[in-house]
Amino acid sequence: MSEPTVVTHPLVVGPVGPGCKKVDPIVIADGVVRRFGGNTAVHVEHVEVPRGKITALIGPNGAGKTTFFNLLTGFDKPNEGDWSFNGQNLGNVPAFKVARRGMVRTFQLTKSLGRLTVLQNMLLGATKQPGENVFTALFKPLWKSREEEITTRADDLLARFKLDAKREDYAASLSGGQRKLLEMARALMSEPELVMLDEPMAGVNPALTQSLLGHIKELKNDGTSVLFVEHDMHMVRHISDWVIVMAEGKVVAEGPPETVMDDQAVIDAYLGAHHDTDLGDMIEQKSVAERARRVEAKEASLADD
Amino acid sequence: MLTRSRRPRRPPLQALLALGAGLLFAGLLGVAPAAAATAEPAPSASAPAEGTGFSVGGTIANGDEPVEGAEILVEGDGFSEVATTDDEGVWRVEVPAQGSYTSTLDVDTLPEGVEPRDPDNVMRTSNLNTTPNANVLFPMGESTIQGTSMWDTVLTRLIYGINFGLMLALAAIGISLIFGTTGLNNFAHGELLTFGALISFFLTAVLGWSIWAAIAVTLVASAAFGWFHDAAIFKPLRRRRVGLVQAMIVTIGLSIVLRYLFLMIFGGRTEFIQTGFNQVVPVGPANLQASSLISMGISVVVLVAVALFLTKTRIGKATRAVSDNAALAAASGIDVDRIIRIVWVLGATLTGLSGILYGVFRGVSWIMGFQILLLLFAAVTLGGLGSAFGALVGAIIIGLITELSTLWLPADLRFATALIILILILLLRPQGILGRRERIG
Amino acid sequence: MDFLFVLNNALGVALSPTTAAYALAAIGIGVHFGYAGLLNFGQAGFMAIGAYAFGITTLTLGFPFPLAFLSAVVASVVFALILGIPTLRLRADYLAIVTIASAEIVRYIVSTTGLSDVTGGASGLSAFAGSFQAMNPLPGGSYGFGPWTYSRAEFWVFLWGWGLVAIATVVVWLLMRSPWGRVVKGIREDEDAVRSLGKNVYAYKMQALVLGGVFGSLAGVIFILPRAIQPTNYATTLTFFTWTILLLGGAATVFGPIIGSMIFWVLLVLTEGVIGGLVRADIITFISTTQAGQIRFVLLGLALILLVVFRPQGIFGNKKELSFNV
Repeated sequence: MSEPTVVTHPLVVGPVGPGCKKVDPIVIADGVVRRFGGNTAVHVEHVEVPRGKITALIGPNGAGKTTFFNLLTGFDKPNEGDWSFNGQNLGNVPAFKVARRGMVRTFQLTKSLGRLTVLQNMLLGATKQPGENVFTALFKPLWKSREEEITTRADDLLARFKLDAKREDYAASLSGGQRKLLEMARALMSEPELVMLDEPMAGVNPALTQSLLGHIKELKNDGTSVLFVEHDMHMVRHISDWVIVMAEGKVVAEGPPETVMDDQAVIDAYLGAHHDTDLGDMIEQKSVAERARRVEAKEASLADD
Repeated sequence: MLTRSRRPRRPPLQALLALGAGLLFAGLLGVAPAAAATAEPAPSASAPAEGTGFSVGGTIANGDEPVEGAEILVEGDGFSEVATTDDEGVWRVEVPAQGSYTSTLDVDTLPEGVEPRDPDNVMRTSNLNTTPNANVLFPMGESTIQGTSMWDTVLTRLIYGINFGLMLALAAIGISLIFGTTGLNNFAHGELLTFGALISFFLTAVLGWSIWAAIAVTLVASAAFGWFHDAAIFKPLRRRRVGLVQAMIVTIGLSIVLRYLFLMIFGGRTEFIQTGFNQVVPVGPANLQASSLISMGISVVVLVAVALFLTKTRIGKATRAVSDNAALAAASGIDVDRIIRIVWVLGATLTGLSGILYGVFRGVSWIMGFQILLLLFAAVTLGGLGSAFGALVGAIIIGLITELSTLWLPADLRFATALIILILILLLRPQGILGRRERIG
Repeated sequence: MDFLFVLNNALGVALSPTTAAYALAAIGIGVHFGYAGLLNFGQAGFMAIGAYAFGITTLTLGFPFPLAFLSAVVASVVFALILGIPTLRLRADYLAIVTIASAEIVRYIVSTTGLSDVTGGASGLSAFAGSFQAMNPLPGGSYGFGPWTYSRAEFWVFLWGWGLVAIATVVVWLLMRSPWGRVVKGIREDEDAVRSLGKNVYAYKMQALVLGGVFGSLAGVIFILPRAIQPTNYATTLTFFTWTILLLGGAATVFGPIIGSMIFWVLLVLTEGVIGGLVRADIITFISTTQAGQIRFVLLGLALILLVVFRPQGIFGNKKELSFNV
């Protein structure tokens, strides 16, 4: 175990550690608890997400990452707790309102709207379109100009994500990877402040992974904050500025990617206490010990005769 | 979706049964007249005067003392008869047909010192369109006994409610099992009920069979009809990967086909299945027909048998497994298609039995099943979608609500009351009493 | 059997105001199911609400036609809200059950003898079209030609009926090409995705429910203008007719409900005429004339089954855009 030393970081106010305060947080979560039956899936005492940076939320399976994600984005209701976005309290705000405030999410299982075209998918992502009101929709002149604006923006984004050739195709005809890109592009239509990506690399082939990583880095250049859930540590190391580690529903460690992997708490969370033992060796050792014990017992009983 | 290996050819016995049911039906075609039908027909008077099973009657008591020798004039539809109360204060008049009858108490025939509670109101009207035996109340003396007579009515309604609820439960469990294993809301389920009633009516009224023989054959026919549903319609649809909404619309079409076939064969009239068990058995203050008690007995026995089947037998447990998670059940080696076939046969048989009971107490008509289809859905939703035991609980509650509501609301609104309760349940607790939250979306 | 007479009769029905009423009701459930993926199996209830609101306000409250018409609209909005508020957050088949149940409740309530002073009970209401016909500006004489000939009074109803159908079609067309339509179509695909884009899914579903319901209620008004209000007409058979019409024409199409309604009624009247005629002429002997009328419904049910299994997109529908999974 390493000696506890006080570590600091430019993003952080005070010492680095789980739940540490950030210099410029965009999301602050406090005392968030979610229980399912008798099981506490999430119990986060305090966590802050830095603004304008790419933050990774990692942890082993069952750590509660996606549940926490769903809570922050309004897709689930917590049993207790509060969080704020840009200082505005978002506890118990329904999902669509959270999205409107500037916090947009994607889904692990892509939800591209298959029977709409790629362009229609993109246009849906835009905000402040008066044509979406049932009464103004009847009068084209009232929404025509805004429609043209957002179509231009959509085309720009499609070009950036190399989907412009597929503009008029039904989204269902896209490959899995293209649908991931579409969902990301769509999420950017509303110019969100914080983009929350739920396992963006899930099920994606290695060639596309590089492309996605590149797009995520570009988001930072635009000034957008990013929070993404991911399993693959190597990927995380490549692009994130900050890493938050969850295990068994709690935040167990935080820090820059280079150092957080050496944090004992993280190692324990992922690998358990036998992290430096080969699993095969362990099983072998266990059965050798068993046999030794049985031999001893036999000898002991023989000796009693 | 998992593909099943080719099944060996169905044993000929079941095909024969289906054929037999079909022949019975063809027989009905030739024998039954087709009366003029409207979209929602009114029931017509038809049964002969001897042992009709229709009656009007009651008990007259002054406090705890039965009133003997009082005379009541029963009139209606050209019929008129005077009844006298016996030494237990009981009187009953058998009437020739369904319809409306007035009962007027002759105050002069009351013994000394006995006064009706409301001397200006000694006439009662009874409507026999929905029940075969009407009870009429002439309260005597001061209203100190108000509680008791109110209690009488409540108790009677309670017992009718439980009887109706048990009847509904048999059919509701059918719907619940089918919904649980296939996810299908079967809007043609009511027709399984009508089928059972029609077959039994044909066997007893036209062929003159005893009620027990009729029940036995009807159950076999219903089982075959249920087998036919899955084999000829729903399994091919599953094979074709037809979605649930499309399948729902298929059941709507099927409901129309079957209903109008029934209309063409049976006509627009309402008939009651005669059981021969018309003796009146006083149960506490209520007067029940022997057939009511027998029906409740049968319902309870069958429901217990179904419960044992679902919990104790291997097939029953497999059924519950498929209800819970069909993919998982299939992965653990359960033959899902076979279970679904069994569920259809079992559900149809139970519903056919329910139809027989309904036909005894409420009459057989072409739309009888359809009329209570919504009540069945209410029962299943109330108890919890996908839970067979929930269907039982829900059905009893719906039966009670339907009958008890007549204490405060007009009788022709009693089904509406049950439906309003359904909507309220959906507002307050959409998963029902025994259902689980995750299933509701 | 006079086949020409039967044919003439059948063709005539293609343009009748009753056909228009059914087309309007089908446009309503087109908005519900075709575009928004809502399962409304109680359109008969909306039609009854519209008819009775119109009839009762005219007869009992003495409203003039425009006000009675407006009452029908308001009544259906309220009804839609009552149905939608509890159910739109639940799974789609809950809405199906609730809509059937409420249509039946409406029918029971308007038939009950206790309220017959206002609703006419089982006999229904009549003689409420007075102020409607009083508004009729057409001069006397006959209008149209061939099988489509109408008197002055009939033609007035014809104009209103088909006029409302035209307006409804245009409204639906405009809405579906607009951003609002895009959101609704997205909701039909995947609600959560649309929610994550900042749209209030619940509000959109409610708007679709209200819109389709208003069309249903107006259909109810058109339906009763040439005839009396009778509670037996608002049974579930009515709802299933409108669904058959919708699926026949194509669930999410502009002209589907209109052409579907015309074809449906022509075929229905034609088969009645042909089968009935053959029975009367003793060519078909194993069924009576009454049964001839009933066998149409058997065939109707079979047609619905075949339609939904083998050609669910109907006549005008696009199989690629077909969405039956709600």
